[in-house]
Amino acid sequence: MRHYSAFAVAREALRHHTGWERAWRSPEPKRRYDVIIVGAGGHGLATAYYLGKNYGIQNVAVIEKGWLGGGNTGRNTTIIRSNYLQDPSAAIYEKSRSLYEHLSQDLNYNLMFSPRGVMMLAQTQNEVRGYKRTAHANALQGVTTEWISPQRVKELVPIINLDGPRYPVLGALWQARAGTARHDALAWGYARACSAMGMDIIQQCEVTGVRSDNGHVKGVETTRGPIDCDKLGIVVAGHSGVLAEMAGFRLPIESVALQALVSEPIKPCMDVVVMANTVHGYMSQSDKGEMVIGGGADGYNNYTQRGSFHHVEETVRALVETFPMISRLKMLRQWGGIVDMTGDRSPILSKTPLGGCFINCGWGTGGFKAIPGSGWGMAQLMATGHSPLTEAFTLDRFAEGRFIDESVAAGVAH
Amino acid sequence: MLILRCPYCGNDVDETDLAPGGEAHIRRHGPGSTDAELTDYLFQRENPRGVHFERWRHAAGCGKWFHAARATDTLQVFGTYSAQTTEPPQEIRDAITKARPGWSWREFS
Repeated sequence: MRHYSAFAVAREALRHHTGWERAWRSPEPKRRYDVIIVGAGGHGLATAYYLGKNYGIQNVAVIEKGWLGGGNTGRNTTIIRSNYLQDPSAAIYEKSRSLYEHLSQDLNYNLMFSPRGVMMLAQTQNEVRGYKRTAHANALQGVTTEWISPQRVKELVPIINLDGPRYPVLGALWQARAGTARHDALAWGYARACSAMGMDIIQQCEVTGVRSDNGHVKGVETTRGPIDCDKLGIVVAGHSGVLAEMAGFRLPIESVALQALVSEPIKPCMDVVVMANTVHGYMSQSDKGEMVIGGGADGYNNYTQRGSFHHVEETVRALVETFPMISRLKMLRQWGGIVDMTGDRSPILSKTPLGGCFINCGWGTGGFKAIPGSGWGMAQLMATGHSPLTEAFTLDRFAEGRFIDESVAAGVAH
Repeated sequence: MLILRCPYCGNDVDETDLAPGGEAHIRRHGPGSTDAELTDYLFQRENPRGVHFERWRHAAGCGKWFHAARATDTLQVFGTYSAQTTEPPQEIRDAITKARPGWSWREFS
C-alpha cells in the first residue's frame, strides 16, 4: 500500500497522476480462511481491521453481496456521539468516538472527522429531566457532556426558533467532542487498510448457506463457490435474520426502513449537529452545504430500502417549526436503508448457538457512530472469546431479562 | 403508500390511517412454559425477506384489528383477513401460492 501524503500528491502531480494504485485488491476467493466476515459495511470491515491490527489474524475474507459500504454505511446521516444513559452503551460508543479522533491518521485515509458538537434538544419537561439525568450519568461514565440553557442553544445555533408554539426549546444536552465524519471514507479507509494487511475483500459474492459440522461452523456456501473457515462473523445489519436462519438460530430482530434526505446546498448556516427527538428529526450541514436530515423509521417490516413518504413529511414539518428558515429549502434527494431493530434498541455482539459463529447486529437506527468501537469489541470477542466492550450485548440477554434499555433512555430509536 | 383493505368495514385504507401491530399468529406462552418458549413468544421474530403475516389496526377508521399477508421484499399485498383466526385462511394462502409457489412461513405454507 502506497502511503497517502502531501508529498504523494506533489509527486503524482509531476507525473500526471499515473502512479495512484487501486485502494484495495479484488481477489478471487481462496478455498479457506481463518476467519470469514459476512458483510463489507463499516462494522464488518472494522471487525476485520482490528482482528488483523490487534490480534494478528490476517488470513481473513470479508464477503459482500453488493459493493462495500453500499448498505447502511453509505445511507446514514454520519452523526457520531456517545451521550448514552446506560453504562454498557456509553462504554462502547465512547470507545468508538475516541477511536474516531485519530482514525484518519491510523488508517492513513481522510475521514473528514469533524468534532463540531452534537446538541440534543429538550422540547418537553420530560426530556429536560431525561437529559439532565443523562448528563449526570455521562459524568460518572467519563463521557464529557453538559446540560445547556436555551440562551446557549441560541448562541450555538442562531437559526433556531426557541419559542415554537408546540415544542419550545427548553435546553439541550451538549456533547462538544461529538460530530460527523464522511461515511463512505470510513468504509474505504478500513477496506484499504484491510487489503494492505493481505485480507481479501470479495464483493458481489452472496452467501447462500452456512455449513456446520457437529454444532461448529465449517464454512459458507456462496454464489462463487464454497469457502471454508474456522470462525464466522455475521455483520449484515438488516439482513441478519436471513443469515441467522442459514446458521440455524433465530434473532429478536425486525427489519424496517429508515429514511434520510438532503436539501439543496446553501451557504454555511449551522456548524453543529442538532437532534430533536420529541419530534424525531435531526439535522446537520454537510461540507457541500446541504442540510442533511434524518427522520423516523417505518412501523412495519420492510426489506426494500424504500420508506413511506409520510415519515419524510412528518420529519420536515416538525423541523420547520424549530428551524423556520428551512421552510424555503428544496429537498434534493431522499433515500432509505434497512435497519435491524432489537426489542431494547441496543445492539447484539455475541457468540451464537452455532460454535465458532459470531454475530454483530441490531444497531438499528444508530450504527454509524459505533463502527470503530463495534469493530474493536467484535474483533476481541472473535479472537479471544471475550470482550469487556461486548459482554453486556449478548444474544441471551433477552432470555435472561438483562436489557440495555436505550429505547426508554432515548425516548425514541437512536 | 401502502394501502390495505380493512376486512371489517371494506374500505381501502391508506397507511396513514393504519397502525402497524407487528408479527401475526404469535402463540402465547405463560405460566408453566419453558424459558425458551417465553423468549420466543416475547422477543424472537420471523422477520423474513419475503412472505410475512402481520397485524394492523384501522386506527383512524373503524378501529378494528385485522391481519394482512404481505411481501417484505416487494411490498406486494396478498390480502387481508379477519383477526378472529389463529392461522391464515385458505384463500389467502392460495393467493400467495399463485404469486410465490413454494413459500413457507413458520409452520404455514
